[in-house]
Amino acid sequence: MSTAVGNRPALSWAVNLAVLLLVAIWTLPTFGILVSSLRDKDQLAVSGWWTALTSSEQNIIARAAPPDEAVEQGGQWIIAGNLFESGSGRVSAFGTSSREPSAYEPGEVVEMRGGGTATVEENGDYRLVYSEKPEGRRGERLFITIREAPRFTTENYENVLFSEGIGQSFINTLTVTIPATVIPILIAAYAAYALSWMQFPGRALLLATIVGLLVVPLQMSLIPLLRLYNDIGIGKSFIGIWIAHTGFGLPLAVYLLRNYISGLPREIIESARVDGASDFEIFRKIVLPLSFPALASFAIFQFLWVWNDLLVATVFLGNNEEQLVLTGRLRELLGSRGGNWEILTASAFVAIVVPIIVFFALQRYLVRGLLAGSVKGG
Amino acid sequence: MAISGTMAPPPPTALSRLVSHLITALLTLVIMIAGIVISVAAAVAAFAAISLVLPDIKLLTATLVMILGVAACFGYFWGSNRLLDTLYPARGENVGANLTKANAIRPWLFLGPAIVILGLYLVYPVVNSVVLSFHGPNGENWVGLANYRWLAGDAAFRESMRNNILWLFVVPAAATFFGLISAALTDRISWGNVAKSLIFMPMAISFIGASVIWKFIYDYRAAGSEQIGLLNAIVTSFGFEPQAWITVPFWNNFFLMVVLIWIQTGFAMVILSAALRGIPEETIEAAIIDGASPFQIFYKIKVPQIWGTIAVVWTTITILVLKVFDIVLAMTNGQWGSQVLANYMFDWMFRGLDFGRASTIALVIMAMVIPIMIWNIREARKDIK
Repeated sequence: MSTAVGNRPALSWAVNLAVLLLVAIWTLPTFGILVSSLRDKDQLAVSGWWTALTSSEQNIIARAAPPDEAVEQGGQWIIAGNLFESGSGRVSAFGTSSREPSAYEPGEVVEMRGGGTATVEENGDYRLVYSEKPEGRRGERLFITIREAPRFTTENYENVLFSEGIGQSFINTLTVTIPATVIPILIAAYAAYALSWMQFPGRALLLATIVGLLVVPLQMSLIPLLRLYNDIGIGKSFIGIWIAHTGFGLPLAVYLLRNYISGLPREIIESARVDGASDFEIFRKIVLPLSFPALASFAIFQFLWVWNDLLVATVFLGNNEEQLVLTGRLRELLGSRGGNWEILTASAFVAIVVPIIVFFALQRYLVRGLLAGSVKGG
Repeated sequence: MAISGTMAPPPPTALSRLVSHLITALLTLVIMIAGIVISVAAAVAAFAAISLVLPDIKLLTATLVMILGVAACFGYFWGSNRLLDTLYPARGENVGANLTKANAIRPWLFLGPAIVILGLYLVYPVVNSVVLSFHGPNGENWVGLANYRWLAGDAAFRESMRNNILWLFVVPAAATFFGLISAALTDRISWGNVAKSLIFMPMAISFIGASVIWKFIYDYRAAGSEQIGLLNAIVTSFGFEPQAWITVPFWNNFFLMVVLIWIQTGFAMVILSAALRGIPEETIEAAIIDGASPFQIFYKIKVPQIWGTIAVVWTTITILVLKVFDIVLAMTNGQWGSQVLANYMFDWMFRGLDFGRASTIALVIMAMVIPIMIWNIREARKDIK
């Protein structure tokens, strides 16, 4: 393929740049939440994640110590202290009224409206000087603009995992996913073998039905199954959702595995038959081991689909701590913590990190499965 | 067995053939049901027994269920197969007849659990939904066509239909287009596989996770304050007013579609890239010799040869679009004119608590899928032949 471009450097540059742009658009959104989830929540709330490495500017209102802490020194009353509670940051400007919150440079001595002068140093030290003993109960308000060094923290993760319920939901999601990924495989494999290598009337019709069922919208199944589940008493239970996911995954499983198993070399199976092996033995000893790549493909699909599912879990599981899965929790947080991006980004990252690891580790099988399912003759 | 030797085998009449078929079918059912009941019962009993000593930890329970589930499946297949071999042993005098009978029954034993589950979870619900659509909110009183009449006059339904049709046009087209472009470009560069992986990655992210990711990009702060959403930051840096993107009627649909396009482009790319690589080299070499430019080669030589695959990608994404639900639920919940059918159905199911109306909406989604279903079945049959 490279022959067409190899000798045209300009075009080659354009291709590289275009791909770079595409990759940037497709990865930056995810990268954005990863960066944001690691930022300090106060910084995250006031500046974009792309500025995470630069120091941020923030306007805050600080209060000096109350007047009764004023100390007399050589006929003047002085209130002094530091405006930073945690002792970090750098003052880049200050002001004494809310209309001009950053009117003065640090170190300037300015007149206050109520009499007296004020100074704020760069490191947050302030000094209020009065000619008479100041009165009132509350401290003077000072407006400062601070430059803050970037702060990264894992606090957001600790917070969502242990107090926002993401940790519990993670376990719930795993509980749903493990059986629902594995159980359909064997059921589908036997069916696929029968559809590939056994002769019986109605085989073509059955195959057509399975191809048809591949695209039946889930929405059709929800209400009838919910009613059925409630009638037999397994509504809102893990057993119900395990079987439901098994059922919804089966058409794809049978279809993928049949495509693969029917493509196994005829000679192997015929010769085993001649040697007197029964269908059951042929399946277990020959077909099952040879089909490993197809089984792995399906397992990955089913894993991703079950892990990422929201609809089935919302319908068949409860909304309580014991049953709410990650996707459901994320949806709930979007409603209740809509503006708290430190919580949302960290929660979202916890929810997507496992599928992403599985994806990168087992991409080969995933691609193979996709091709077998979608490209003809696969 | 002296008598059997003297009796001539009776000529197979239509009736006797039917009776023997029925007996075979009945026997199949009996073995299948016995097998399923016994293996499930054994698994449940084992579960109950082990649960007594196992600490009550969810993940342990889940692992146990997985192991017992697989064991029950295997037990069923092994047991029912064994039962069949005992009933019709492949030895003795009637070997021929026994083998024929056993071979007629065995495929159905292998297919049994799959057919039962598919029937219960996908076929029965389709029939039941049709029935429910003629019933009232709790599925008990017959209301005739009332639900369909209501649907025809409902403004929110019309809005959902309009939006779904918009989605149907934009998302498959855009995802296939970007997929084709990225497939063609990444095949030409040295780090193409890395680029492919990264573009493919959103496929692993749940719709709801993707919604959080994109809601963050669309985040809106009042004009004048620092924008933390990427889109508004870009817009304001060019001197325009920031917008609350997902609340702008009509156009917000497109901002939601971006999420699905972002997820599905990788899928389109992977499949189209394989198809592009499958194109015979000769056609491309011939074009190069004839002096075609890279663009001409792409649009006039390569693309026409992969129309079949493009159609497959397009229809696959179309089906996904018809069912789109999570994205709308998470981003707008159908407000500001962004409702779609699947979310509207969910609304009537959970908030309206009207199973009749919700079933009717589900049937509309189903009706839109049927043309693709028929096309798929036809293509599959061509393949099998």
